[in-house]
Amino acid sequence: MIEARLLTKVFRDRKRGDVHGADRVSFRVEPGRIYGLLGANGAGKTTTLRMLATLLRPTSGSAVVAGHDVVREPDKVRANVGFLATSTALYDRLTSREMIAYFGRLNGLGEASLRSRIASLADELEMHEFLDRRCDKLSSGMKQKTSIARMLVHDPQVMIFDEPTLGLDVMTARSIVRFVRDCRGRGKTVIYSTHVMGEAEKLCDVIGIIHQGRMRAEGTLAELRERTGETDLEECFVKVVVPEGTP
Amino acid sequence: MSWGAIGTIYAKELRDQLRDRRTLLSTIVIPTFIMPAIVLGVGKMASAIIVKARQEIPRIMVIGGADSPGVRADLERSGKFRVETATPDWRSLISEKRVRAAAEIPAGFERALGSGSAPAVNLYDYEGELKSGLAVEELRNFFLGLRDRTTARLLKERGIPATVARPFEVRQANVAPPEKVGGNLLGGIVPYIIVLICFMGAMSPAMDITAGEKERGTMETLLCSPVARTDIVLGKFLVVLTGSLAAVVCSLVSMGATLVAVGASIGGMAAGPGGPGGAAPTIDPAGVLGVLAMVIPVSVLFSAVLFAVSLFAKSMKEAQSYAGPLVFVVILPAIAGLLPGIDLNLRLAFVPILNLSLVCKEMLSGVWHWGYIGVIFGSTALYAAAALALAVWMFRREGVIFRT
Repeated sequence: MIEARLLTKVFRDRKRGDVHGADRVSFRVEPGRIYGLLGANGAGKTTTLRMLATLLRPTSGSAVVAGHDVVREPDKVRANVGFLATSTALYDRLTSREMIAYFGRLNGLGEASLRSRIASLADELEMHEFLDRRCDKLSSGMKQKTSIARMLVHDPQVMIFDEPTLGLDVMTARSIVRFVRDCRGRGKTVIYSTHVMGEAEKLCDVIGIIHQGRMRAEGTLAELRERTGETDLEECFVKVVVPEGTP
Repeated sequence: MSWGAIGTIYAKELRDQLRDRRTLLSTIVIPTFIMPAIVLGVGKMASAIIVKARQEIPRIMVIGGADSPGVRADLERSGKFRVETATPDWRSLISEKRVRAAAEIPAGFERALGSGSAPAVNLYDYEGELKSGLAVEELRNFFLGLRDRTTARLLKERGIPATVARPFEVRQANVAPPEKVGGNLLGGIVPYIIVLICFMGAMSPAMDITAGEKERGTMETLLCSPVARTDIVLGKFLVVLTGSLAAVVCSLVSMGATLVAVGASIGGMAAGPGGPGGAAPTIDPAGVLGVLAMVIPVSVLFSAVLFAVSLFAKSMKEAQSYAGPLVFVVILPAIAGLLPGIDLNLRLAFVPILNLSLVCKEMLSGVWHWGYIGVIFGSTALYAAAALALAVWMFRREGVIFRT
């Protein structure tokens, strides 16, 4: 489970002064559910997710991820979280197998369980063909599968996806979306950030619309449609983030 | 702190670096081949240039001396000079290297020789120019020979034994063992090269595993793991230190092998028919081990500083722009250690790099100042610990890790 309470992150910038990356963001995600964080570029999605993954420390507020506080027990939070973003790349000079094994060891897996875990992930994600190929020689689809295997190697309870399909071709993006759906099927707590409305519509059980660091609206797709009076999610989004009367 | 996690990070980073051509070049290839290149390549080239310069019969000018035809004829007959007729622009000709040197013979020189009261002969050369220096050396030898012969003749004419002018001889002999000779000869340059190589060996891995990782996006991947930040820093730092020490070890081994090879070749020549005999200069192995021990805290210092500086950078390019100028900061005290007259004292024992340069020079020539060695090792270890603490502190700062 994920529970964010008034999460706030202030970046101190010499030129712009204090910048609120996230401003009192609160939401809750139950196991077996996908929470969609919808927002434009710079809305505060990545900042919020980085705080949940303990990469950034909140300026104020708190969050509990898989039963652990992100400020007091960051190591325990990370041990229960799988984080995938466009910014989480692979080591080019390692093979796909070495990459997965490395993160398995960092998560405390023993050599025997690591071997069987890599074998089962390779079966599941159809990776046998390129498992011993260096990451810099992989196609974008193969790289994404390796990243997913890296994320899953320690079988985390919570999965955080930060715009995982950004820059990917249609087929690779579809396989990611399918995989995220599978995570829900396995009872994982999933949070999925995107600015692609179609993905949010297809995947998410609950959608939170974030804009300028603040959570502007939250609910199921049906609830958002009802609240805004629009049927199309893009129109719902625009109505939420752009105040009435703004040209 | 988890040694298991540190070991995992170290093993992965080491494997990664061993697959990186830039790191292999700066930590293994260059340190291994730089000393043979300097000793064999540059040394051989320099000796070939000197041999060639010595073989050249220098073009000289004799200024004046019209009334001393004998001296002029002797100069020409010696076969060591090509004597040219003096022209008014002889100074310019020496500067332009068209004439190597000139001898000014005063008026009435040859006549005055008979009475033993000849005026001074002036020799002219272009100081610092090798061929000009060799030519003027030959000219000096010629006139010193003429002076000796004149002295002998004058003494003989007066019935005085030649030993009056040279009542005793002065002889010089070396009592230093070959390793001390080698230490004195190489003691200056070796620490300088070691300091430089120690720094260069750490540079590439430090930049690659900090700024390089940030640039490639793998740093964020690593930060998602449950490993403590301090353990990540230590695992990565140990790889940088390994690079630095590997470079030093490669350099010292290659240096030793080069000296053995050069020593065997000189020794063989010396022991051969007509050779003067005696051993070739070598370096005391204890001195080399001492240098290696003293380099360890300096390697830690360089590795930690480079780690911290590169960590601050957003990209490899930015890291290079920070680390590049640091080379000069490192080289300057190392060069200062080469200067004559700078001796190790308590104050200088606290100056990083310079203290290493000075103490290594002493150790390689067989002098062991244990007090200073302790001060240098301890102070450098303290500086290194402070630099490592800075690196850990920086790694914990979001502003540094996510600097865009």
